[in-house]
Amino acid sequence: MTILVIAENTNSALAPATLNTVGAAQKIGGDIHVLVAGQGVGAVAEVAAKIAGVAKVLVADNAAFAHQLPENVAPLVAELGKSYSHVLAAATSNGKNILPRVAAQLDVDQISEIVSVESPDTFKRPIYAGNAIATVQSSAAVKVITVRATGFDAVAAEGGSAAIENVSAGGDAGKSAFVGEELAKSDRPELTAAKIVVSGGRGMQNGDNFKHLYTLADKLGAAVGASRAAVDAGFVPNDMQVGQTGKIVAPQLYIAVGISGAIQHLAGMKDSKVIVAINKDEEAPIFQVADYGLVADLFEAVPELEKLV
Amino acid sequence: MKVLVAVKRVVDYNVKVRVKPDNSGVDLANVKMSMNPFCEIAVEEAVRLKEKGVASEIVVVSIGPAQAQEQLRTALALGADRAVLVESADELNSLAVAKLLKAVVDKEQPQLVILGKQAIDSDNNQTGQMLAALTGYAQGTFASKVEVSGDKANVTREIDGGLQTVALNLPAIVTTDLRLNEPRYASLPNIMKAKKKPLETLTPDALGVSTASTVKTIKVEAPAARGAGIKVKSVAELVEKLKTEAKVI
Repeated sequence: MTILVIAENTNSALAPATLNTVGAAQKIGGDIHVLVAGQGVGAVAEVAAKIAGVAKVLVADNAAFAHQLPENVAPLVAELGKSYSHVLAAATSNGKNILPRVAAQLDVDQISEIVSVESPDTFKRPIYAGNAIATVQSSAAVKVITVRATGFDAVAAEGGSAAIENVSAGGDAGKSAFVGEELAKSDRPELTAAKIVVSGGRGMQNGDNFKHLYTLADKLGAAVGASRAAVDAGFVPNDMQVGQTGKIVAPQLYIAVGISGAIQHLAGMKDSKVIVAINKDEEAPIFQVADYGLVADLFEAVPELEKLV
Repeated sequence: MKVLVAVKRVVDYNVKVRVKPDNSGVDLANVKMSMNPFCEIAVEEAVRLKEKGVASEIVVVSIGPAQAQEQLRTALALGADRAVLVESADELNSLAVAKLLKAVVDKEQPQLVILGKQAIDSDNNQTGQMLAALTGYAQGTFASKVEVSGDKANVTREIDGGLQTVALNLPAIVTTDLRLNEPRYASLPNIMKAKKKPLETLTPDALGVSTASTVKTIKVEAPAARGAGIKVKSVAELVEKLKTEAKVI
């Protein structure tokens, strides 16, 4: 059994979710190869070769792969994937974009966002916004799977010494082109990897008030998230959204401020170790999952909390 | 140009689902069903393209049980021109759905196919991408903006770090994110008119598509319950508990 893990990368850096995906691959068992596709990814391949437990790193360096366009990357992964038992990628926006296209090209079903490995062909995954957990079994020759990073421990980034091998395959399919991107800039830790997350909801009332959460987050070394209500109201950009349709987080501590706790939001954070809710409505559903609840006006509680931590 | 929109009948998003005691699935008997929210956004986007004069005809398709006709009628009331139901009582996996949609695409030859990015029941987020692979078309997933000009579509996508814009050659597949638009409500006169719009029913057999699957669900369980904790009286008490009891700060 040999497993191919698709490295999540930005050409210059390897995303941490790759380490969790390798963690999931180790639970399946077998040799683990990592594919780094992109443009000018030599340095990323060096980093990938050091990941503990990786036997080989495949490098596909081509201008066509620079922006991870699925029309170009999926044929490459499908072609390589044929000789593997499993193809894994993190369930990031990239992984979700590319892997189903790979699965269809291989004529197999894809399994999305697994949270545990029961055996090499059996996996658990949440359905209905995390309100049910399905155990699924695959009979596919190549099992194509995306991995929910928060469901698996990251493997050590150091300690491995994998061989690096170039693969020359594929190119520009000529169907799509990258036009541009607009990335939100932040000095805070990445939301999905942060140990502490402070999230604001509709109760924040406006975008300016999020500064209270930023100050608190900076003091805690935390990332800042938001509910869909806060994003839709334009308080914060949508890449901060936590929930079924946004990001899935499972930090040590999740502080929900002015968030009612709709099903869709809980889907994104209810696996957090400790949940704190600050809300003035004592009937808010968030209190049903919070380890520590404080019924208070957030505009008084948050500054006080910031002073005390 | 012709736009094809795929819609799915799912449990209403406000329903708190219950797992069946025999762990065979979730209990959907007597539960409110609706159009998947992402599919509503797909229908709305197609209707807006028609209102802008970009789209000439909107065909809406659903794959599912006979009752999915209700969701197709809803789409017709929102502005779709005609509907196709591929009737199948079995619960189908994404690949089977994508293969059936491919057969409908071959028949209808649309220039643009719009789907939701994921169904809120299976949470797969696969069908659009699979349909793109099977048709060989370009894909613009998780779209928050779609602009069609000539034989290209510029799609702004929601990615982990922000937004990305790609240019796709038509025909292409687009899957919708929540912020693409705000779906309208169907008015009563439009609901009445929708009853007279054409709805064609097909079967997987008639389309010559095998719906066999390589994945089967063995069991469905309720997630580990997370009970309510305690209510603290003050911020000082909260900080104290986080430091000494939970030890997370």
